[in-house]
Amino acid sequence: MQPFKALFVGGPRPFLVGVIVALGLSSPAPAAIETYEFSEPVHESRYHDMIAQLRCLVCQNQNLADSNADLAKDLRARTFQMINRGATDKQIVDFMIARYGDFVLYRPPLRLRTILLWLGPFAILLIALGIFFFTVRKSRAPQVMSEARRETAARFLDENP
Amino acid sequence: MIPEIGLFALILALLIAVLQSAIPIAGATRNNPSWIGVARPAAFAQLLFVAISYGCLTAAFLSHDFSVVYVAQNSNSRLPLIYLISGVWGAHEGSLLLWALTLALWTAAVAWFSKSVPDRMVARVLGVMGIVSVGFLLFILFTSNPFERQFPAPLDGRDLNPLLQDPGLAIHPPMLYMGYVGFSVAFAFAIAALLGGRLDSAWARWSRPWTLAAWIFLTAGIALGSWWAYYELGWGGWWFWDPVENASFMPWMVGTALIHSLAATEKRGVFKAWTVLLAVFAFSLSLLGTFLVRSGVLTSVHAFATDPARGLFILIFLAVVVGGSLALYAWRAPAVKSSGGFNLVSREAGLLLNNVLLVVAAATVLLGTLYPLMIDALGLGKISVGPPYFNSVFIPLTAPLAALVGVGSMLRWKKDRLGRLVQPLGLPFALAVLLGLLWPVFFDSYQWVAVFGGILGLWTIFAVLSGIWQRTRVGQRRRDLAQTPRAVFGMSLAHIGLGVFVIGITFTSTYSVEKDLRMAPGDTYTTGGFTFRFDGIDQHRGPNYLSETGTITVIKSGRLAATLNPEKRTYLVQQMPMTEAAIDAGLTRDLYVALGEPLDDGGSWAVRLYLKPYVRWIWLGALIMAFGGLLSASDRRYRKFTREAANRAVSDASHATF
Repeated sequence: MQPFKALFVGGPRPFLVGVIVALGLSSPAPAAIETYEFSEPVHESRYHDMIAQLRCLVCQNQNLADSNADLAKDLRARTFQMINRGATDKQIVDFMIARYGDFVLYRPPLRLRTILLWLGPFAILLIALGIFFFTVRKSRAPQVMSEARRETAARFLDENP
Repeated sequence: MIPEIGLFALILALLIAVLQSAIPIAGATRNNPSWIGVARPAAFAQLLFVAISYGCLTAAFLSHDFSVVYVAQNSNSRLPLIYLISGVWGAHEGSLLLWALTLALWTAAVAWFSKSVPDRMVARVLGVMGIVSVGFLLFILFTSNPFERQFPAPLDGRDLNPLLQDPGLAIHPPMLYMGYVGFSVAFAFAIAALLGGRLDSAWARWSRPWTLAAWIFLTAGIALGSWWAYYELGWGGWWFWDPVENASFMPWMVGTALIHSLAATEKRGVFKAWTVLLAVFAFSLSLLGTFLVRSGVLTSVHAFATDPARGLFILIFLAVVVGGSLALYAWRAPAVKSSGGFNLVSREAGLLLNNVLLVVAAATVLLGTLYPLMIDALGLGKISVGPPYFNSVFIPLTAPLAALVGVGSMLRWKKDRLGRLVQPLGLPFALAVLLGLLWPVFFDSYQWVAVFGGILGLWTIFAVLSGIWQRTRVGQRRRDLAQTPRAVFGMSLAHIGLGVFVIGITFTSTYSVEKDLRMAPGDTYTTGGFTFRFDGIDQHRGPNYLSETGTITVIKSGRLAATLNPEKRTYLVQQMPMTEAAIDAGLTRDLYVALGEPLDDGGSWAVRLYLKPYVRWIWLGALIMAFGGLLSASDRRYRKFTREAANRAVSDASHATF
């Protein structure tokens, strides 16, 4: 893997940089701009989608698209070549994972160790909705019965003691 | 000498904070008026000394006193005046001092403006804020002293990080801190209510304008940060779900839930315990955010483990605050009885559902933010949780929230019928669907995501407008509107802001065009009806940097639409390259150009062009939300809230005392 110092090459993400800078990280250099020529327009949009969801491994928290680190440049070039040669998105992702592990993917693949991550939000939602309906039921406002319904209810009670 | 005065003032502020927390709280418990009377003067004295300390650090910046380590690391003799002032909070130590100053400001504001609140309550509130202040001042003095000296002093400073040399930085962090720290007021009111054993609607009413004020600052602060990142970094994005961004977004969501729940608590006396819990959570998440950013745990769990002093301090402080509050809550809250009943179709239930969705959304962001840290700490390897995860989980959770805003805000308290809403909401819905289907026709391609988002945003806006219309009667409109409380307009405006925000996100993320090009002078590129022409590069010199400035002319239908001058700067001291993107802002689109590197063949440059439709609506929406908050907070019932009214509220509520 990269030497530890390289961790700081790319620098942190934009927002609140003022605050992160305090951690002693170097700041983000401007993203390099490459002028690739794509053979088909669909390749270009796939390229942009792909480099947006792959992580620059030596940066604080940047995707390949926004990073100026050398590794990011290399991986962008690799992604471009693979797309131009007709590789599918899955082949590119598999290639990256094989080389760098799950860390390279901003969408963590569903595995045993990420199961809580993916199911957690929906479990929390279910529990919260459960509490919601329970609370509402418990707090139900006293019903004001109409005269007619009161009679119906009274008759019902009379008939079923 | 001046730095030593600053340090000394800070130590005095700490001692005052100790007095401010101990004496008034004890006084309130024993009902001793002279002890209670300590609270307000202590709050003002603390503000005075923290301000002196802050002023001393600023003076060290202005006088280029490089014997102060912090000044030497974050400024330079050629730094322009505005960045000498804003540079004070440009790094760790100074921004913590700003945190303390903000807290002292809020504390003094509570002391000053709470004349209508009973003195015992104020004493407890100021006491709790004093405890928070003790924690932060200790943190600064023991781990992050901004006044530390070095001898011999270097001849010149290492300069402020060029990225921070921007007017946006001058206002973004203070705004954000005002929001973050502002939730300490809501927190202090909640804890004071628990301490006093009185959780009633009067407490909610006192707490509401403060909570709103903090929320307004936080909303504006987050929007500013996002906007700053957008124009300063040259990558055209406005949000990345970075842990640091999430750290500000989580308190915002919980704070938003708190505003809604406070409304129900004040008006109907329901959800009291829950509201207290939300106030505790909102502030705890602000502290957690500080911990995440300050401890280094985000860089790597291991970096945290090797230099744990700062991180450990905040972690312990966080544990004390959260643990203490929850223990107090567990002790006091079970005795709280909610008074009013309500049905499934009622405003109370609507507000509760709002809370459920917001809190689940916040919990999701928390899960996604902490998950990689936990996996790493458990030795299960490293994973990345980024935008694809958050977008796919967060949007399904929050889209229903936006969809229900219009319905919820029109519901009546206690009990309502959905059937009643068909008539006022039918037309807005039909209109939203119609326009939503039509809108994407004006773009290059017809996307269903855009249709969905457009309908959602328009529906929110139209439903809210219909809600205002419903409040008025035919022939009486002007008078009815004049009588409508400002808070209603504030709420409506904030909800309209949400609709604008949803539309902005949808169209920007669906229809943005990004193009990286090799351009020689005279080259053109056309997208979305705009023709960008590259006219070459000029060089010039700034105060502390060299700049290469490009000129790009944008033409639409034969007419000049904009002239853009993106820059590439090299800052002399740190030898750091920076891009300054050039943006032509517009209500329906931004034209955005960033300059890359010169390419080998001479005259050609790598240029990045963006066309960003409706991106302004994102920040516009946030600003409308903040302005709506401002309108609500300035409602006359908060302003005209006299001591007499307060006493009445207390006597009303004394039945609810437990």
